[in-house]
Parts: sequence; structure tokens; C-alpha cells
Amino acid sequence: MKTTRTEEFVTTDIAIIGAGPVGLFAVFEAGLLKMRCHLIDALPQVGGQLSEIYPQKPIYDIPGFPSITAQALIDGLMEQIEPFKPGFSLGERVDRLQQTSDKRFIIHTNEGTTIQAKVVVIAGGLGCFEPRKPEISGLDLFEGKGVNYMVKNPELYRGRKVVLSGGGDSALDWTLFLATIAERVTLVHRGETFRGHPDSAEKVFQLARQGTIDLLLQSQITSLGGNGHLQTVTVTDKQKNASVLEADYLIPLFGLTPKLGPIANWGLGIDNSALLVNVHDYSTNVDGIYAIGDINTYPGKLKLILCGFHEGALMAQSAFKHVYPDQKPSFKYTTVNGVNAF
Amino acid sequence: MIQITVEDRQGSVRDVRLDGYVGQSLMETLKGEGYDMRATCGGLALCADCHCLILAGERDLEPAKDAELITLDTRPDAQDNSRLSCQIRVADQLDGINIRLMGYAD
Repeated sequence: MKTTRTEEFVTTDIAIIGAGPVGLFAVFEAGLLKMRCHLIDALPQVGGQLSEIYPQKPIYDIPGFPSITAQALIDGLMEQIEPFKPGFSLGERVDRLQQTSDKRFIIHTNEGTTIQAKVVVIAGGLGCFEPRKPEISGLDLFEGKGVNYMVKNPELYRGRKVVLSGGGDSALDWTLFLATIAERVTLVHRGETFRGHPDSAEKVFQLARQGTIDLLLQSQITSLGGNGHLQTVTVTDKQKNASVLEADYLIPLFGLTPKLGPIANWGLGIDNSALLVNVHDYSTNVDGIYAIGDINTYPGKLKLILCGFHEGALMAQSAFKHVYPDQKPSFKYTTVNGVNAF
Repeated sequence: MIQITVEDRQGSVRDVRLDGYVGQSLMETLKGEGYDMRATCGGLALCADCHCLILAGERDLEPAKDAELITLDTRPDAQDNSRLSCQIRVADQLDGINIRLMGYAD
């Protein structure tokens, strides 16, 4: 799979925002009409929520597959679109959209990649998966100044006082890892036990018994303190006893939740966090921008992968006039013509 | 008769009759009754969008299984009476329970 390096400039026919099943299949429908695609996704891998949330769960309503796991469907789609050589910018979030005087779109990602395209297709599912944030007053004041929602560079924590919060596998795994490099690691968890990986949980309890880490159970973080950078974390237990811990870093690990993100600021028609589209071709109110899959809404909308595939097929027929304004799309049956690779 | 009391995400409270839904998931039932249910994972106990608090009648419910409890651990606003409504089946035991739908914790 070809992925871009960050800060790259990409030129393509169609920029597809979202590399879930619907975004991937849109590459196939576009490819049949000789349109090249580049996909951008905030997640580090393709597949959207299927790969991120439930890769091993069976799906029962894909035509021709009585049962197929979510990941197998994504793998099949990747194989299906391979002849059309799509490009990928993964682990990058779309931030800004500009339109040039000659009606081309320029998309900027948070990693500095720039994608120029004649058509933009938003196949963002429920939006970008972003870290779920606990409700702690002042949390946003310290984001990037001691509060990080994921561990991108473990070296940052070497020799530092780190507080982690959460009860899932990632909280356990990072506690075990950071215990080997940080000055002090404290894990704060609402419950009494961990239901994640039993081996990891046992190791965490063992480190706590040895005094290598501090484990604060049945407790929650209630406030933060600092002066431009995080300095203290207040933890309150079930009996409402509060204790203040010194902390250089706080890492809340509470999984991911979908949000519409910067797309909400692009002047597109929105109804209840979904993009309004014309059901003739799934175009938005901005000429050249389409929305397919779970991110769009129209009367009778059903949030099914099946429907997203259909929307992608109709979108491609309509997008053709933006990519090849001087030509008419000629509908060709794959049964007759096969799939002609790029 | 199965009647439960539901407080929606805006705080308005009403009684809901569930007689016609026996055996179905409470999440899907409430969605059918007009309640806002994003249900990212489609009822697999993986996303916690359908997180609710059981304000009364918790003991009448089948206890939560591990998959549900693991996912609840990812909700920073989870409490001891937290449940995922997608993992609760509509049955006679639900009569009289009182639930509060929780926000998506965005």
C-alpha cells in the first residue's frame, strides 16, 4: 500500500476523506470511470470503525457473503481496489479546505500534507475518531502542556512523574511500559479490578505491591493544577478523600469517540452532525463536494454499509463531469469489460 | 405490562411501554421509540454510546458480562450503576426500572 510521507504534495482526481468500507469502495467505482483517488484518514490504518472497533465481528448483510468478519471485508475491498492504485495519507486529520479560482480543491492535513483534487468525497463515517476526554475542570488548559491522550513518543516521559487514568488494556500496557522509564508512574482507575488482559492486570498489581508504581483504585481525577504546564493532579477516592499528586504528565486513556471535526466548518449543510445531500448523486450544497456513507443524511437514510456502496456508485457517475468536463461518462458493465487497471 | 421510566439526554423524563419489544435489545427499542441513539458499534458492547445509569431497579436486571464491563471502563463518566442498554434485553423484569441516558462523553 502506498502511503504518503507527511508534508507531501499530492495531486489527484478525487480526494476521499475517510478510508472505511464506503470510502474504499468509492475508489473502485471511480476507477471504473478512470478517475484516480487519494484517501485521507485520521486512523493509522484503513478500515474505519470496522478495523478500529470490531475487526473480528461478523457482518451478515453484505450481499453474497452470508457472514464475513469486518476485517475480512476491508481486506477484500483493499484487494478489489488495488488495480486502481489509490494513494493514502493515514494517521492524518483533514483540517482546512480551500478552493482555487479554477475550481480545484486543496485539502491541508494536520501533518502538513497538501492534496489537490478536482472532487472531494467525504466518507467520514461518524467523523474522526478522537480520544474520549474525561470531564475534569481545566483539562483543556493543559492539553499539550502535560496532558496527552495518546503516547506518541515514549521518550517524552523518561525520568518524569506520569499519571495515567483508565481501566482498559491500553492503560495497563502503558503503565507497564512507562514504569520502566519514568521517574514515577501512578495509575488511577474508577473500579476495583481490571477486566482487560489478565496477564497485564496481574503485572500491574505486582508492580504496585513492590512499590514500583502507585495504583489508586476506586478513584477519579477531579482537578488539575499548574502554571503554564501541568504540575499537580488531584485524585478523589470513593470516600471523597482528595489527595494531590505531583505530575509532569497526565495521560487519560478512555478509548476513542467519533466527532465531525473540522469538516463542520466548511460551509456544508449539516443536520444533527450529518451532511445534507441530494439523493440524485449524493452531492452536498458545495459544487464538487460529495458525502457518502454514515456521514450523510437524507429522507429515509439507512446507516448501512450496503447503502454507502450504492451512494459511492452514484457519486462516481456525477463526479465524472468535474474530472472530465468535456466527456460523457460511458457506463460499462464489468461483466463485459472486466476491470482495467491503471 | 412492562413500563420503564426514561430520562433522555436533555433531562426530560417520561414513562415508556415496552410490551411489544420482548426479547429485543433495550438500545434498539429506545431508538425505535424516538430516543437519540448513535450506536457507533451497532449493539456489540464496544462503543459505549448507549451508556445509561440505572436509577432504580438495577437488581432486577441480568448482571453485566465481561464484554460490557470492559467497555464501561472506557467511559470516564461511568458509575457503579452504569450499564450499556444494548446489552439489556427487554423482559418482564424490566418493569418499573428507571434509567438515565448518558451523553456520548465527547
